[in-house]
Amino acid sequence: MTSDSDNPNNSSKEVRELLRRPPSAIYRWLGDRIFAVVVVLLGMSIIALATAMAIVLFGEGSLALRQFGFWDFLRGTTWDPAVQLVFGALPFLFGTVVTSVAALLISIFPAIAVGIFTAEYAPRWLSAIIDNLIQLIAAVPSVVIGIWGIFVLAPWMRDHVYLPIFTWAETSYPALLPILGNPMGYGLATATIVLSLMIVPYTTALTKDAIKSVPVAQREASSALGATKWEVIRMAVLPYARGGILAGAILSLGRAIGETMAVAMLIGNKNTLPFSIFGAGATMPSVIVNEFREAVESLHLSSLMAIGFTLFIIALIVNLIAAYMTRKFSIKGGQVI
Amino acid sequence: MKTLLQRNIRDRIMESLLVLSTIVVLLPLIIILVHVVVNGISALNWDFFTQELGSPSRAMQGRPTGLVHTILGTLVVDFLALFIAVPIGFGAGIMLSEFPDHKLNPTLRVMNDTLNGMPAILKGLLAFVLIVKPMGTFSGLAGAVALAFVMIPIIARTTESALMSIPWSIREAGLAIGLPRWRVVLSTVMPAARFGLVTGTLIAFARAAGEAAPLLFTSFGNNYLPNHWLGMLLGPVDTLPQRLYSLAISPYSHWHSMGWAAAIVLLVFVILCFGTARYLTRQKH
Repeated sequence: MTSDSDNPNNSSKEVRELLRRPPSAIYRWLGDRIFAVVVVLLGMSIIALATAMAIVLFGEGSLALRQFGFWDFLRGTTWDPAVQLVFGALPFLFGTVVTSVAALLISIFPAIAVGIFTAEYAPRWLSAIIDNLIQLIAAVPSVVIGIWGIFVLAPWMRDHVYLPIFTWAETSYPALLPILGNPMGYGLATATIVLSLMIVPYTTALTKDAIKSVPVAQREASSALGATKWEVIRMAVLPYARGGILAGAILSLGRAIGETMAVAMLIGNKNTLPFSIFGAGATMPSVIVNEFREAVESLHLSSLMAIGFTLFIIALIVNLIAAYMTRKFSIKGGQVI
Repeated sequence: MKTLLQRNIRDRIMESLLVLSTIVVLLPLIIILVHVVVNGISALNWDFFTQELGSPSRAMQGRPTGLVHTILGTLVVDFLALFIAVPIGFGAGIMLSEFPDHKLNPTLRVMNDTLNGMPAILKGLLAFVLIVKPMGTFSGLAGAVALAFVMIPIIARTTESALMSIPWSIREAGLAIGLPRWRVVLSTVMPAARFGLVTGTLIAFARAAGEAAPLLFTSFGNNYLPNHWLGMLLGPVDTLPQRLYSLAISPYSHWHSMGWAAAIVLLVFVILCFGTARYLTRQKH
């Protein structure tokens, strides 16, 4: 016979065994105690980790912060690790803010549009395909997008976009040239374009979830009043979903601020202001990637850590705002893989 | 007041704008995937999986080079990171879902989300200070710890939601037949939530496997296989994302095509993990 017919006998024998000899109180009481202690310790290690990150970054950066003063470090425009050993974070602060805000502005409307299209217009099968592809954008490693940017996007943009605009400006509006900058392909514009692609999934996912959670009655009511499909979305759905959309946008901004590899590979790495649109620049993560391995002076190392600490503060603020919004508008889901 | 015609035209215009935006967003992704496959496929040969990289001259003299040390290093570092991250992530997830009244839970949730939102490069800096500095050398262990920092908050969050999705009646049934609390969690709730747990772990694994930034100053990179197997843990180790970065910014065209090939391998690896995770999520419902 198979084990199927044996099992009931076996298990009933086990049950009888167990009933005759109930587990000792120590097994129950001590087991629960140990379990609770272990679980809480593991949970607390996450709290310790987050705290350690703040303390470590501040501690390692304190040499530079003490030397230059926190606000002067943030306002300093000189970053000279070679001769003067003077470090100021303003160029990187500026680069991070400009690239991430610009990327958010470029990506937000297409991202919301994709969310609306998949939630309201696309048939189920198409919606599933688009959904998977959007998630795939988030899944593609940053370095893979970086190598594509270096060998495909940047040269193409230089030849077909930057150079034509630059030569046009040269003949028609020479005053524009300093703003446009050197059209070598690697610079703020290319980095921003790549960033704006990479942060799309976060806005889209939250937009879609917010739209899906709008009650059907809301749509039916405005349809019954004779609204066209777009009017239903515009007047009944989007106002209801704006909290989720806003939270998604802020989450995207947080991703853009912390995005490292693709930006470091494409931004051209120039440590002095002023930056120009096509010209090279740098962001806080990119300067850490580029210089940390080669930093020998302890003040240089400490300044990079201080930049890390500044990045920590900025990311913390953006994350807390996003967390506040998700709680306020009680958004669930919207997780991007 | 607009006429009905105007309103219908506007309706059509908006619909086509939405379609257009979707195409504009998805087109670059398709272009990237096509370019990676087209450029990398020619360098994906037997040597790629069996030879070491060596010095640049090795490639220029036409001697066989490959990334076997990178692939082995990636596996060692990634799985060690998983080994570190799973207990902590599961523990925190259990604390959030099975001890819902614990005083530390709101703090833990905020800290976990904060940690999750932190740029990966900061996790690399943290691992550098905590592991590399005391050890005095870049090491695979430090790289694994940095990647574990990336995985932990993701695993904790997905574990919490996976366990939360199990109805309380299952726990009550376990308690009613006299099981102690810890047996209820380990033998009934966690097996019931296994799809969710595996999915979350896979997502965390795939996300960490694609990260290069935390590895640059922890496992550092290495052109050769370590002499001794312990060298994988205690010495500098190569990993795919970090090697891809080094190859891409190198000045050698042969290394560039190897970079594209590395991009294919990395992409396939990451997509397989995410694909399995999504497949499992679909199975669950």
